[in-house]
Amino acid sequence: MMSVDTNLALVPLLPLVGSLAAFLVGLKARNLSGWIASLASIASFGVVLSLFGKLGHGATFEYNLFNWFSVGDLSVDFMLRFDALTAVMCLVITGVGSLIHLYSVAYMHEDESKHRFFSYLNLFLFSMLILVLGGNLLVLFIGWEGVGLCSYLLIGFWFKNLAYAAAGRKAFVVNRIGDAGFLLAIFMVSQWFGTIDFVELAQKIGAIDNMQSYIPVLTIIGICLFVGAAGKSAQIPLYVWLPDAMAGPTPVSALIHAATMVTAGVYMMARANFIFEHAPYAMAIVIVISVLTAFIAGTTALTQNDIKKVLAYSTVSQLGFMFMAAGSGAYWVAIFHVVTHAFFKACLFLGAGSVIHGCHHEQDMRHMGGLAKLMPITFVTYLLSTLAIAGIAPFSGYWSKHAIVAALGSNTNPYLVGVLEIAVVLASITAVVTAFYMTRSLAMTFFGEYRGHEHPHESPILMTAPLVILAGLATVAGYYGGDLAHYLEGVLPKGPYFHKESIGEALSHSWTAIAGVLAALVLYTKLREIPGKIYKALAPIGNLLTNKYYLDEIFGALIVRPLEGLARLLWIKVDQGIVDGTVNGTAAVVDVSGEVVRSFQTGQIRTYMVLMFLGMVALMALYLAL
Amino acid sequence: MAISNYLALAAALFAIGCFGVMSRRNTIVVFMCIELMLNAVNLTFVAFSKMHGELSGQIGVFFVMVVAAAEAAVGLAIIISVFRSTLSVETPDSSELRL
Repeated sequence: MMSVDTNLALVPLLPLVGSLAAFLVGLKARNLSGWIASLASIASFGVVLSLFGKLGHGATFEYNLFNWFSVGDLSVDFMLRFDALTAVMCLVITGVGSLIHLYSVAYMHEDESKHRFFSYLNLFLFSMLILVLGGNLLVLFIGWEGVGLCSYLLIGFWFKNLAYAAAGRKAFVVNRIGDAGFLLAIFMVSQWFGTIDFVELAQKIGAIDNMQSYIPVLTIIGICLFVGAAGKSAQIPLYVWLPDAMAGPTPVSALIHAATMVTAGVYMMARANFIFEHAPYAMAIVIVISVLTAFIAGTTALTQNDIKKVLAYSTVSQLGFMFMAAGSGAYWVAIFHVVTHAFFKACLFLGAGSVIHGCHHEQDMRHMGGLAKLMPITFVTYLLSTLAIAGIAPFSGYWSKHAIVAALGSNTNPYLVGVLEIAVVLASITAVVTAFYMTRSLAMTFFGEYRGHEHPHESPILMTAPLVILAGLATVAGYYGGDLAHYLEGVLPKGPYFHKESIGEALSHSWTAIAGVLAALVLYTKLREIPGKIYKALAPIGNLLTNKYYLDEIFGALIVRPLEGLARLLWIKVDQGIVDGTVNGTAAVVDVSGEVVRSFQTGQIRTYMVLMFLGMVALMALYLAL
Repeated sequence: MAISNYLALAAALFAIGCFGVMSRRNTIVVFMCIELMLNAVNLTFVAFSKMHGELSGQIGVFFVMVVAAAEAAVGLAIIISVFRSTLSVETPDSSELRL
């Protein structure tokens, strides 16, 4: 059931207006910009809520703003579409986004150019909403590029620090690689199916008679789409930008690099499920990449000492989990984890921000400790979110992560025979590792004695209130897995059934995670000398993890340096040699010939007369001769 | 009288004028030589006009005369103003506009 609803345009429009207003008003009154941006975000959330309330089961709201362009048979509308999947994403984006906006008002209190910050933040919300509301691949792509731009702007927000600016650039460039894949997929879709509208596309693909002959095309499209998703959602080999992206202000890390933007790849894959359904080979690639990503990023997080870096690698790892679900065809499970992850990871990042704020810009966990007494609210919310991400019942992470591992285990992809068992084992190990490193960060930050030289203090209520709300959501969201599955029916393929276990059952199933938590707790509170010894005993592995599997170095040697060499070659030989040479050569020819011709120009009238006479004689001779 | 006589006279006048323009340095003489060339052309116009029994050639002569008069006015004005600044009417002296 489809109906037109013009309020749909308000959802992205409010943050856009807010972005402009926050900047322009902020030029005169810095302190107002945060409130304006928050207001725009909350208003957008309100509109989303009203649309969500009106949206019947299986219904869709549409609003076609205008016909964007038509070329040949391809006609592209600027179409916004609001269905159950979009509703869930919009609620998370504007809901969590509003909380983070409010938090930022306090967090960015002392920053001189916060009007710029809030303008970018609202612009990000606008782009992200366009991304999830887009009714066809191109409108989605506008949002896709928009969030990439905002991510770049916000990572490099403190651009006076050159390393931060470089981190922003790295994120942008790595994302371009993924975007190229996405663009190729869009071109191929329009080439083969003549439409890029999701609904029409699903109908066309559903109506194909000889599916067998279309499978290669759909497989290539699926792989290209996943390349795009891997760039935006930080999967191997394109995840290297996300840990560096922690250069941005912490609320940005929470909003963009944990809760919303990085899940865009998962959303896109769920949206394009009708393509992946017929591309089992692409799905197998998704599984292999996502499991490897989850494992590598999860183990890397074990040795990080920067509190935000731990969370960054954790995010990459959790994104891997989401793609495991999506790659197994359990799209609603992937979205379920997107939602629960948005709650607990946003809470963790904001908690980390609160700690950093309280410790006066200290991010190294080795200089923290004992903050539980000094920052009780931050501690409790961080604890709840840690239990959630660790996957301990009854917190939300348990339900989504267990659903993912179950979906992965029941994967029947023929290309995964023999690989699936390893994948399940790796995923289970990663889940335990997650519990371990998160507890490690909790213990290093909040337990023991304070090891820094500042006077940590609890953050203001404007920062702790969002923490409390998010921690509450992170605690209870898991119970609504079944409702979510039911709600998303009709938009997404049915996928596996949600097992609503009793607390006792769930607890008994989360014993591995509990073991991981306890191990970390003991090692990093009572037996603090042991981790160092383990590290020394396993020095090769330890070094491998500390150096992040040398991935940056490998990329440097394999891709960056050859590209640099090529760029240098193009610069010196082609640009300076050929292009500049041509231009300068032309000028030189004119210069020299001018010098020669100049000698005719004597300034003597009589010479000119003689030449004129001779010319006339020559012309006459020519005339007579012909 | 045969047309060739007129044409020979005109050619001779034209050649004298042309030689004068090329060889003389005094601007006023150059100017007079130009007039001589114009009048040589006028002579051929009239001669051909008479030969063909047509008036259009003689009309052409009037045009040439008008142009010559205008040219004389402008040219003499230039010569006078050059003379005022350089105190010379010799052509080689006025080549300083060359780069």
